[in-house]
Amino acid sequence: MFPSRFDYSAPDSLDEALATLGQRADETKVLAGGQSLIPLLKLRFAAPATLVDINRIPGLDVLEESNGHLRIGTLARHNQLAADSLVGRRYPTIASAAPQIADPLVRNLGTIGGSLAHGDPAGDWGSVMLALNAEVVVRGPTGERRIPIDDFLVDIFTTSLNEDEIVTEVLVPQPEGSFGGAYLKLERKVGDFATVGVAVHLELDGDTIARAGLGLTAVGSRNIKPTNAENALGGNKCSDELFAEAARLAAEAADPVSDVRGPATYKRAVVEAYVKRGLAEARDQARARAGRT
Amino acid sequence: MSTTESHVHGIGQSIKRKEDDRFIRGKGTYVDDISLPGMLHMAILRSPLAHAKLVSIDTTAAAALDGVVAVITGADLAAHNLAWMPTLSGDTQAVFVTDKVRFQGQEVAAVVAESAYVAYDALDLIEVEYDPLDVIVDPRKALEAGAPLIRDEKEDQTDNRCYHWESGDKGATDAAFAKAAVVVSLDTHYPRCHPAPLETCGIVADVNPATGKATLHLTSQAPHAHRTLFAIVAGLPEQNIQIKTPDIGGGFGNKVPIYPGYVAATAASLLIGRPVKWIESRSENLISTGFARDFHMSGDLALDNDGKMLALRVKLVSDNGAFFADAQPTKFRAGLFHIVTGSYDMPVAHIEADGAYTNKAPGGVAYRCSFRVTEASYLIERLVQNAAYELGTDPAALRFKNFIKPEQFPYKSATGFEYDSGDYPRALELALEQLGYNQLRQEQKKLREEGKLLGIGIASFTEVVGAGKSKEYDIAGLKMFDSAELRVHPTGKAILKIGVQTQGQGHETTFAQIVASELGIPSEDVVVQYGDTDNVPYGLGTYASRSTPVAGAATAVIARKLREKGRTLAAHLLEVSEEDLEWETDHFSVKGAPDKKVSIQDVAFAAYTNMPDGMEPGLEGVHYYDPPNMTYPFGSYLVAVEVDEGTGEWKVRRMVAVDDCGVRINPMIVEGQIHGGLTEGYAIAAMQLIDFDEEGNCIGGNFTDYLIPTAWETPHFETHETVTPSPHHPIGAKGVGESATVGSPAAYVNAVVDAVRHLGVTNIDMPVTSAKVWQAIQDAKT
Ligand SMILES: Cc1cc2nc3c(=O)[nH]c(=O)nc-3n(C[C@H](O)[C@H](O)[C@H](O)COP(=O)(O)OP(=O)(O)OC[C@H]3O[C@@H](n4cnc5c(N)ncnc54)[C@H](O)[C@@H]3O)c2cc1C
Repeated sequence: MFPSRFDYSAPDSLDEALATLGQRADETKVLAGGQSLIPLLKLRFAAPATLVDINRIPGLDVLEESNGHLRIGTLARHNQLAADSLVGRRYPTIASAAPQIADPLVRNLGTIGGSLAHGDPAGDWGSVMLALNAEVVVRGPTGERRIPIDDFLVDIFTTSLNEDEIVTEVLVPQPEGSFGGAYLKLERKVGDFATVGVAVHLELDGDTIARAGLGLTAVGSRNIKPTNAENALGGNKCSDELFAEAARLAAEAADPVSDVRGPATYKRAVVEAYVKRGLAEARDQARARAGRT
Repeated sequence: MSTTESHVHGIGQSIKRKEDDRFIRGKGTYVDDISLPGMLHMAILRSPLAHAKLVSIDTTAAAALDGVVAVITGADLAAHNLAWMPTLSGDTQAVFVTDKVRFQGQEVAAVVAESAYVAYDALDLIEVEYDPLDVIVDPRKALEAGAPLIRDEKEDQTDNRCYHWESGDKGATDAAFAKAAVVVSLDTHYPRCHPAPLETCGIVADVNPATGKATLHLTSQAPHAHRTLFAIVAGLPEQNIQIKTPDIGGGFGNKVPIYPGYVAATAASLLIGRPVKWIESRSENLISTGFARDFHMSGDLALDNDGKMLALRVKLVSDNGAFFADAQPTKFRAGLFHIVTGSYDMPVAHIEADGAYTNKAPGGVAYRCSFRVTEASYLIERLVQNAAYELGTDPAALRFKNFIKPEQFPYKSATGFEYDSGDYPRALELALEQLGYNQLRQEQKKLREEGKLLGIGIASFTEVVGAGKSKEYDIAGLKMFDSAELRVHPTGKAILKIGVQTQGQGHETTFAQIVASELGIPSEDVVVQYGDTDNVPYGLGTYASRSTPVAGAATAVIARKLREKGRTLAAHLLEVSEEDLEWETDHFSVKGAPDKKVSIQDVAFAAYTNMPDGMEPGLEGVHYYDPPNMTYPFGSYLVAVEVDEGTGEWKVRRMVAVDDCGVRINPMIVEGQIHGGLTEGYAIAAMQLIDFDEEGNCIGGNFTDYLIPTAWETPHFETHETVTPSPHHPIGAKGVGESATVGSPAAYVNAVVDAVRHLGVTNIDMPVTSAKVWQAIQDAKT
């Protein structure tokens, strides 16, 4: 595995990184954890002239709550999110997804920003962020933009990020009321990309669903937000029938293709099964949380 | 084991592996670790198409790139008569394409350059024009009339059949079927999988232009056989070829064939006069080197009303890819598949096999398997399980009823094998007891009522390993014997040189243990050498679990011969007659006067310093062992799985394995072999597949698609043993390298099928993915 020749720079400020990127944006790639980019280079599927390594830029790995959000720096590693106690207490969907991504080696290096910027419909973070209604913060030559995740993800390996922009952080709204969440992932083995993944987030007011968020992995040309299912849940009381109906709607929103991981009909069936199971789990968590307070 | 014996660390002791120190500390030397002065690097251009005429190749731009030393095409090789080479099954295989491409990933050209980076840069600059042809990926379609001819270059080849082969008695089998009360059938595909050794294949070819000597550092499981074939292919004098295998990072059959890259790198070194290194990438290994299995099998089992087996009939089509390159004994075109009657007293059987050329990579190697025994074992164990369902009997009970009984050994099978020894009921009983089979069956019933799925699968396999005898078994004409040369130094330390190769099995430890037990030299004082054709005696190499049965026997025999010479020396030293001596563990003593003794070390010293008049000095010898028969390891594997009806996911709850490989030389190493095999068996059953689309594109050409289970998925194994020695092997040992890969896939699949059979499912082909389980349940429902 021998990549083509490339230039490499490792600036220690964001401005410098943006400047290097700006010089030949169409031939330059940002290098974060390298867990998607380096395989592409080694297989010679990608041959950028220059890599801008952002790992030495301070401050890009923040992880804190402020102004009603959880701020996740773009360089937050999957493992950091898996191990963080604030995330563990308050963001169960994130905490549940993180350890299911790839394997420990990849999780030590792979970043949330890199994962979202890569735009892989089989990436797990896209669905989690859709369920949580997150926003992606990006910086470019003309300043900063905040892009709702649903607008950020466009198509397979395509986002609304411009070539000369860098993702700096992800903002996740803080949960309200009693909440619960889960990420259910069907994989052929540990370290595999999802055959199907389902992200679930619920906020309850008593037993009424104040907010429901769902995201689907690997069943379309991008991560899917099944809004019909979310809408069906919102404002209603938790019940098995309601969850079954939402699961049916989510399966309808899924648009999988048949491939080595299984036929499309199968993937749809798994979406349905997982949405049902995920909602039940999120509800149980929320009830348990309500019981504690 | 007596305490006196234990201090020599011989047979039966779980001493630590001598080789692990260097592996654990990163001090091993693999082919890619070898770097020679002036060494060049080779990269291979492979065809993106599966079937296409080669119209033109333009290498101008590649050759002009800075750092490129040579670009080699099929035409260049043809000019030296090297464009084609013989395979191990008597076919020919293109080294580089000259006429047309026959599978995706086939070798088209190579670049030799000052660095690997430059070599790969130059590959991108070679321009090849192809003219696509119709592709055949299904071997059954390949055999249909009018299918496009893949091997159009072969004289007399008018279709895509690469062999037809039969075994057993057709007439008697048909007659038995005609009278049978019950016939159970199973159509199943044993899918194409790949040995996927951790280290890919590679070579450092070093042809010295001054001396003409070719030193080939090679990933080879059979260095001597490779040397002879190299001599034949390249027309080099055999004494000028030295094959050296450094440490080998796993073989599993993948490193038995000779690959085009080896030939090209050797030719390049010969022509350029500098060493040339070629190391495959992972994808190259998966898409172009020896695959395994790919058998479409159709089996019928005839039984009477009491469940007594009457006859077995199998028709199979093997997918051999573009070249018939199976590594297997010449006489047997479908390997030893005719062991398919398995552990059962089967009066008659008939097997009919047809091999097909397809537009896929060649191979058919014995992936941790004694030549197609895996496919055979899988088929019979699946059939027996289904027969039990059909008859409404318990699958264990049906096996007990039909097992070859201990007193029937040596047992002549309907297809001509002579099973050496076995106690099948004992192994299955032990496994059932360890699993708590009856309780589990009750739990299964209870869970079913609650809508939960639990399944129990059994496989009671019989292996056949240790080829030859040489009368019946040869590869490419080379008879399948093996050898050991033992040299005892004056100070009583020894070197053992063996004709077989180790690629992880632990020969450096276990073969020293055989010497320790037979000659009393502590195993730590015995260095085991292999894999350098200038140094070790001729042998056919390591695959098909043949090392211990053949070279292990040679080792025991030569050690015994030296011991007998030692007796003469001891008699001389003790001034008694040989008849007055007895041997124990590591010394001779005078009968009735145990204090009058000489150790094997004293004897060795005397062989060089104080031999009796007329005796040839020294204490060394070589033995070539031609086995009288194969050995027949066996065992029973039980698997319990839980299946999620909603998603088809299945998890192994218990896996109980009882193995009988005769006498265990190093029980820890045996356990390791079984753990590895059970893991590979699980991988094959659950997730592994080298798949192709209709255009012949290989799907599964890297580890994101060709799955290797991690510790997380791998079941917890509960291993147990029975010991039934081989009566004809000098130390009673049978091979164990492959039992678990051979036996376990059927156990896993039987377990999953058992969990869902009440829903109407009778078969799920491997790999048993969750998607397939779910689909089978849906299909059964409708
Ligand atoms: C074996 C293996 C298994 C995997 N399994 C999974 C899995 O199960 N689930 C899953 O979700 N992922 C999986 N991944 C992918 C992994 O999560 C990657 O870490 C992730 O997709 C990319 O993050 P990265 O930081 O490594 O990005 P990089 O590889 O460095 O970059 C990826 C892309 O994003 C761009 N980029 C990176 N950071 C920025 C930024 N701040 N601004 C703008 N552009 C940027 C790069 O230019 C590049 O195009 C797996 C990877 C491997 C190697």
